[in-house]
Amino acid sequence: MRYAETGFNLEVDLTRGNIERVATDPADTELYLGGLGTNAKILWDRVPPEVEPFSPDNLLIFSAGLLCGTPATGCNRTIVSTISPQTLLMAFSMMGGFWAPELKYAGYDKVIIRGKSPDLVYLWINNDKVEIRDASHLKGKGAIETAEIIKKELNEPKAQVAAIGLAGENRVYFASIEQGRSSASRGGIGAVMGDKGLKAIVVRGTKDINIARPEEYLELCNEVLEYIKFREENPIPGVIPILARLGSPQEMAIHDEKWHTENFMWGNSRLRRKGFWNEEVEKEWTETMERVRTRLISCYNCPLKCGATISVPGLPTYMMKCFSKLTYTMAAMSDLDFGFRIAQRATEYGVDGYSTPQVMAFALELYENGILTDSDMPGLPSDNEERFFWLLDRIVRREGIGDVLANGTYWAAKEIGKGADEYAHNNIKKHEQLPLKLSMLNPVYFLMYSTGEKINITQIEGQFPQAPFPERKDREEFVKGWFQVPDEKFKQYFLDWELRGENSLPYYPTVDMACDIVDWQEMMHYIDDALGMCAGLSSFHLKPPYHIHNFPKFISSGAGIDMDEEKLMKAARRYRTLVRAINIRRGMRRKDEKPPENHWKKRFPELEAKLIDAYYKLKGWNNDGIPTRESLHELSLDYVSEDFIKRGILKDDEEN
Amino acid sequence: MTVDKKKKTIKTININVDLCNGCRACEVICSAFHSEPKYSSNNPARSRIRVIRDPLRDIYVPVYAGEYSEAECAGRDKYTIDGKEYDECSFCRASCPSRDDFKEPDSGLPLKCDMCEGEEEPLCVKWCLVDALTLEEREEEGEEEEKREELEIGLESLADKYGLDKIIDTINRMSKK
Ligand code: SF4
Ligand code: SF4
Repeated sequence: MRYAETGFNLEVDLTRGNIERVATDPADTELYLGGLGTNAKILWDRVPPEVEPFSPDNLLIFSAGLLCGTPATGCNRTIVSTISPQTLLMAFSMMGGFWAPELKYAGYDKVIIRGKSPDLVYLWINNDKVEIRDASHLKGKGAIETAEIIKKELNEPKAQVAAIGLAGENRVYFASIEQGRSSASRGGIGAVMGDKGLKAIVVRGTKDINIARPEEYLELCNEVLEYIKFREENPIPGVIPILARLGSPQEMAIHDEKWHTENFMWGNSRLRRKGFWNEEVEKEWTETMERVRTRLISCYNCPLKCGATISVPGLPTYMMKCFSKLTYTMAAMSDLDFGFRIAQRATEYGVDGYSTPQVMAFALELYENGILTDSDMPGLPSDNEERFFWLLDRIVRREGIGDVLANGTYWAAKEIGKGADEYAHNNIKKHEQLPLKLSMLNPVYFLMYSTGEKINITQIEGQFPQAPFPERKDREEFVKGWFQVPDEKFKQYFLDWELRGENSLPYYPTVDMACDIVDWQEMMHYIDDALGMCAGLSSFHLKPPYHIHNFPKFISSGAGIDMDEEKLMKAARRYRTLVRAINIRRGMRRKDEKPPENHWKKRFPELEAKLIDAYYKLKGWNNDGIPTRESLHELSLDYVSEDFIKRGILKDDEEN
Repeated sequence: MTVDKKKKTIKTININVDLCNGCRACEVICSAFHSEPKYSSNNPARSRIRVIRDPLRDIYVPVYAGEYSEAECAGRDKYTIDGKEYDECSFCRASCPSRDDFKEPDSGLPLKCDMCEGEEEPLCVKWCLVDALTLEEREEEGEEEEKREELEIGLESLADKYGLDKIIDTINRMSKK
C-alpha cells in the first residue's frame, strides 16, 4: 500500500483526447518527495529545452504535495509547473484552497496535461471516472463564473474547480489559474492552460488517504495545532504585523497599512510616499474594508483565515487574499475602494495581482513620457482610474496596445522600443517584482533576489528576521524558544547583528553567514513545495509550527518513507538542483542572476560578486551557476551531468 | 426496550455559523478518528460532520449526522436568514436517500455522530480553533433509551435498500463459505 500519496498520476493528452491512470515509482518519492520535486523530475525527463512554452509538447502539471489530504494542518497546496511563456524558464506557482486534497481523495497525486485541444474543453475528474467535456459555452467567461456554472451543470456542489478566465484563454503572459479563494498566478501558467484549450479542471473525490503510522502522525499534528494556538496568543514582538502572526500575510484582517503604503513604491514602482498614512486615510480605508468584507475564510484544514469574501456593492462577490489588496490601489495612486473594484474584474479575467497593476502603470508612464502616444492608445479615458479599467480590458482581450502589454513589461518594452526598457525597471529574469526600492544593500536579500528560481521574493524569504532588532536584550529574547533553527549558529548570527557600526549592513551578515541564511530559507520553501505545505505556517515565517526538525517525522510516519533531517535536506537539495538544471539547459546563467538595477541605491559590486561566488560554491555550482559534475553525482543526478556534457554545457574532462 | 430513570450527561455542541471559516478541519479529524485502525486513513466523505459551504453566498453550516432515514422528505422548504437562502436540507441531520452525506461512500451504509466515544471531547470541537464548534455539558435526570447498535442501524438500512429476504439469503450464503 502507498501512504500519504495515492501512487497514481493522471496523464491527459488533449490532442488525442486520451486519458490514462499511471502508477508512479515509489523510488521517485524517496528521491524527490512529491509536488515540486517530482514535477521537476517529470519536466526534466519529458520537456527538453527545445520545447517552446506554447508547444503541444510542453507539459502543464498540477500536483498535490506529498502530505496533502492527510490531517496535517495547512497542507493543501497545489503546485503547478510548466515552462513559462514570460521567463522561458520553469515556472512554478502554488495555490492553496481545496483543490489538491480533493485530487488526492479522487485517487491521484498529479494531473499531467500534454497536447492541445482544438476546441475549448474542461476536464472532469470524479474518482475513477474522468472525462474531457466541451467548454465552448464557457468561452470568455470569468474564472469564478466558470466554476459556478460547471458545479451547477454537473450538479456537484462539492467539486473543486481550477479555472482560467479570458486572460488565460488569450494567452496573456501573466494569466493566472483561479480556484475560489486561491490562485496560482506567477509565471503565466494560466496562459499555458489557455494555449492547451483547457478552461478548467474539476475534481471530486471520496476515497481514503492512508497513513503509515497513524498514532504517531496524529500526535505530530496535535503538536502543530497546539503550537499554532500558542503563536496566535503570543505574536512576535518587534516585527511588522504581517510577520508577527502566522498565516499568509494577514492583509484581509488588518487595517493598519502604514508599513506597506509608506515603504512600498506607488505607480510604476517609482514613488515612495512617506507620511501617506494619516488618520483620515486610515478611517476611510477601514470603512471601505468593513463595507466589502463579508467573512474571513481559510484554506482546507487550516484555522488561519488568510482570505476573505469580498462583496463590493453592485459587483459579483469574489475572494481575495494577501497583498493584491494594495497592488492595484498603489499602482494607480488611488484608494482602497478602487483596489477592490478593479480586483473583482481582474480575478474574473484571471490575471496575476503583482504583474498586472505594474504592467498598466508602466504603460501609463510610457504614455506620460510620450513613448506611447494617442495613436497607440485611441480612446484612452481621461480619468486615471478609468484608464486602469480600460487597459485591463485591452490587455486580456489582446486588443491594440493591449496585445503588446499582454506579454509583460520586459517583452512589451522590447517591442515598443524608443527607450521603453528604461521603464521596465522592476524585473528579475523578465518577471515583474514587488514594488520595493530601498537604500542600503542587504546581502541576504541580494542573494535571494539574484539566485532564486521561484522569481518571487515572498516565496524564498522567511525564517530569519528581515532586519536587526535595535536592542540586544530584544534579540536575546527573540532567540529564546527559537528551536526551529537547523543549527545553533543562526542564533549567534542574529544576536550580533546591529543596526549600525561594524556588524551592520551591507557587510554583516558576512558573506558566509548570508549564504547559510539564504540556503536555509530557500530549503524550507522547497520542502513546503514538495509536501504541499502552506508557507504561511512554515517557510515564510519566523518561528513556524513546521520546521526542519519535525518535517522528517511527518514524512516517515505519514508516508512510511524512512526519513531523517540529513536525508530530507539532501532530497531538497536534489530537486532544487534539478530545477536549476532545467533552467540551465534553457540558457539561464550567472548573467541573469541579478536584482533590478535600482532595487538598492547603495550597491557594492565587489561584495556582490563575492556573495554570488560563495553561494554558488556552497550550492555545488560552478562560477557560471551550473551544477558541477561532482555535486550532481553526490545527489544521484548523474543523468543531468550526462545530458550537460552531451549538450556542451559541462565539459567531459573538466574537473568541475 | 428497557427504560431506566437515571442521571445522564447531555452534551451539546454549540455551532456558531458566524465563526465558521469553512476550513473543514472538523471533517478531516472526524473521518480520521473513525477509521479502522484509528487515524489510519482519512476521507471527509466519511465524516459524520459535514460543512455545507457556499462561500460566494456566504453560507457555512456545519451539520452533524443524525438518524438514518429510509425515505426522503416529500417536500422541501427554503429558509431565508439574514437575506441568505438556505435549503432545508442544509440543517438536516438525516442520512437519507436524497444525498450522499452521512453515508459510507462505498457501501452506502449510514453514519451517525457518536461524539467521538472515548475521547475527552469531540475531536471536531478540539480541532476547530476558531470556536465555531464548542462543547457544553450538563447533567439531567431522564429516561435513557437503550442505544441501538451501529450494526442494527446498518442492517436496517441495507434491508430498506435490498429487502430483508435478500439480506438473509446473502448472510446464509456467506456463512456457508
Ligand atoms: S495559513 Fe492561510 S493561506 Fe495558509 S493554508 Fe492556512 S488559511 Fe490558507
Ligand atoms: S473546523 Fe470549525 S471553522 Fe472549520 S469548517 Fe469545521 S466548524 Fe467551520
